[in-house]
Amino acid sequence: MEQIKKLYDWLDNRTGIRDHIRETLFENVPGGSRWRYVWGSTLTFALMIQFITGIFLWMGYSPSGQTAWESVYYINNHMTGGHFLRGLHHWTAQVMTVLLVLHLMQVVIDGAYRAPREVNFWFGVILLKLTLALSLTGYLLPWDQKGYWATKVATDILGGTPLVGEYLKTLVLGGSDYGHHTLTRFFALHAGILPISVIALTAGHIYLFRRHGIHPKKPLKGPDEFFWPEQVLKDAVACLAVLVTVLVLHFSFNGAHLDAPADPSTNYPARPDWYFLFLFQFLKYFPGHWEILGAIVLPGIAMTLVFLMPIIGKSEKGHKFNVGLLFGILVFAAVLTYAAVNADKNNESLQASKAQAEREAALVKKMAANGIPPEGALALLQGPKLFAAHCASCHTYGGEDGLGGKVDKPSAPDLKGFASREYLTELLHPERYGSEKFFGNTAHIKKSKMLGFLEDEFEFIEESEMDQLVKAISAEAKLPSQVNLDKSDKSDIEAGHELFEEIGCVDCHALGGWNADDYSAPDLTGYGSREWMMGIVHNPEHERFYGSKNDRMPAFGRDEKLTRKQMERIVDWLRGE
Amino acid sequence: MSKENVSSQEDSQPDRRDFIKGASCAIGAAIGAVPMAAGVRVVLDPLTRQSAAEGDAEFIRLADVSDLPEGEPMKFAIVEDKKDKWSRYKDVPVGAVYLLKTATQEESETSISVIAYNTVCPHLGCFVDYRKKEQDFFCPCHDSNFDLNGKLVKGVSPRAMDTLEVDEEKLKAGEVWVKFQRFKGNTKEKIAL
Repeated sequence: MEQIKKLYDWLDNRTGIRDHIRETLFENVPGGSRWRYVWGSTLTFALMIQFITGIFLWMGYSPSGQTAWESVYYINNHMTGGHFLRGLHHWTAQVMTVLLVLHLMQVVIDGAYRAPREVNFWFGVILLKLTLALSLTGYLLPWDQKGYWATKVATDILGGTPLVGEYLKTLVLGGSDYGHHTLTRFFALHAGILPISVIALTAGHIYLFRRHGIHPKKPLKGPDEFFWPEQVLKDAVACLAVLVTVLVLHFSFNGAHLDAPADPSTNYPARPDWYFLFLFQFLKYFPGHWEILGAIVLPGIAMTLVFLMPIIGKSEKGHKFNVGLLFGILVFAAVLTYAAVNADKNNESLQASKAQAEREAALVKKMAANGIPPEGALALLQGPKLFAAHCASCHTYGGEDGLGGKVDKPSAPDLKGFASREYLTELLHPERYGSEKFFGNTAHIKKSKMLGFLEDEFEFIEESEMDQLVKAISAEAKLPSQVNLDKSDKSDIEAGHELFEEIGCVDCHALGGWNADDYSAPDLTGYGSREWMMGIVHNPEHERFYGSKNDRMPAFGRDEKLTRKQMERIVDWLRGE
Repeated sequence: MSKENVSSQEDSQPDRRDFIKGASCAIGAAIGAVPMAAGVRVVLDPLTRQSAAEGDAEFIRLADVSDLPEGEPMKFAIVEDKKDKWSRYKDVPVGAVYLLKTATQEESETSISVIAYNTVCPHLGCFVDYRKKEQDFFCPCHDSNFDLNGKLVKGVSPRAMDTLEVDEEKLKAGEVWVKFQRFKGNTKEKIAL
């Protein structure tokens, strides 16, 4: 203890720290500590959480079109504690918005903006706007569907500003369209310019607050007290309550949501974060060129009135007007927010696209766990999306359309796990071959030689032989998931290859080295491989595949229904590349 | 806090005020610790993350024996699939090796051997140059010299150039397959990473 005191004296001698601490702690609180004075401290605390969590998130975030979603996904789903860290940052931002409103309400109701505290009130209003700007910029950074579409609306509103709108928008986006520089600019704003401004203004805000002292709420409740420790405890308890609220929100919503990566080609319903919903709803009432009224003019007037509150509030009447105005704005915002939420709830197509977006988000996260290609996570979704659009009118993928949606009338084989050992084992069973999952609904099942063969021969083929045969045919596919199995089962595969001839598969099929007797069925050389699948998607009527016996499968490549790249994406996805 | 600043209430209720002070400090420390701990835990993530398991390296085909000039090292880039955090890359350069073919005459039989060196200096990881004129390997950072057998001639490197395993079976068949590995820098022993 003695040592610490000595050190303290040494430090004080050189810095005068003791006086500063005294000044901070022994500020007079007229009429004693009160709960209504805690709001400023809770905001400072929330700000502190944002700075700490924000800087740590920064260490894992990478702003660019191909890495923003990916790095946030990595923080969120792979880094130990990342999910919690991101949840803290996200939910503290939400809580902070509420605290800002509460702080403003307390100041306005108490008339704390009156002379000589006008400038401090203005500092506060600017801080409110800066915080909202932080929320707005932060919303985009994960580069997911909701951030992307919501920010598009916000920047388009900006673009509607008279005269300079288009220029402003181009500057904010860093170009005419959304891209890398949109993210770098938003990130620089979010993690650099805005926080620095907030620090500067908060310092000024607190300095002015100290200069003028607490604005006492009359009637005073008791004798004066120092800030320390009575008011400090109340502030600390309030901050604790803030943290508990954040934690409860984090755990009940399971952290901060991350949608599927931004995709300009999908019909994602653009909605801003909840505290901007009322402005969003407001725009619905201003058709065509009246929009500027709802987007800029009226909110601008409201903001100006709020800014002028210290001057309007000089008289008692003016003060009452201010209180009425604030409550008016809040009630109005609440009603509009309710209307917006309600409209969305009753909008079936919107709910459907929301559910679709959720399914895509879950799917892409599952796929991303195996690593994301350099083109970014959006590329991962192209396979299933193209499948859903072009293949799922007949085929299914695990009973679904590839994106987790329903297929109305599946009429072609399910392709999940195509050419894998499990797939072939099931396919080569007389009771399964003709089932709905495989060829049951296709023309191939009528007078099917293959089905007849299975029905006649299956019981005479030993299970171990069937197993070897399956391994041999499946090995042709060189599936990424079976690389190690194919390596370790070399002898089985060789035996299976021999069986292909012995059992009589070669009567119709060919398989690497075996020529078929009549080539009346698809060549199984390279069956399920990338090359083979590209071939059948390109043209199933090629003699290597179904020839003239092709059922309804279009020749996607030959007839230029899909580009080569698109076919590759589908095939790679089916093969689990 | 010195006594003269304390309000009169303290003397009347010293226990209560001590409690309030203690509670304030405790709560303050606790609520500050939560975001801080969350952040620090995430930063420490790399320490608790298992890197690619040892022995994972596989032999890669680099060249045919006949492609290599005798007695003169040739540089080959190692192109592999790579995972980096969320990214999965196919066929990207991850390093380089020098291959040195030597032929020794034993009676009537010539036996061919190929040495593979990791191009990274065992000192502090710079890329070591092959100098044709001097017939040596030279690290341009801290001037370590290695002869063509990888031995340190002069300089600050703690050990000889790192050799890599060459598949002997394949070599007999005329192909050079090398197991590419990285090693810990600046240690006397060669420790695979």
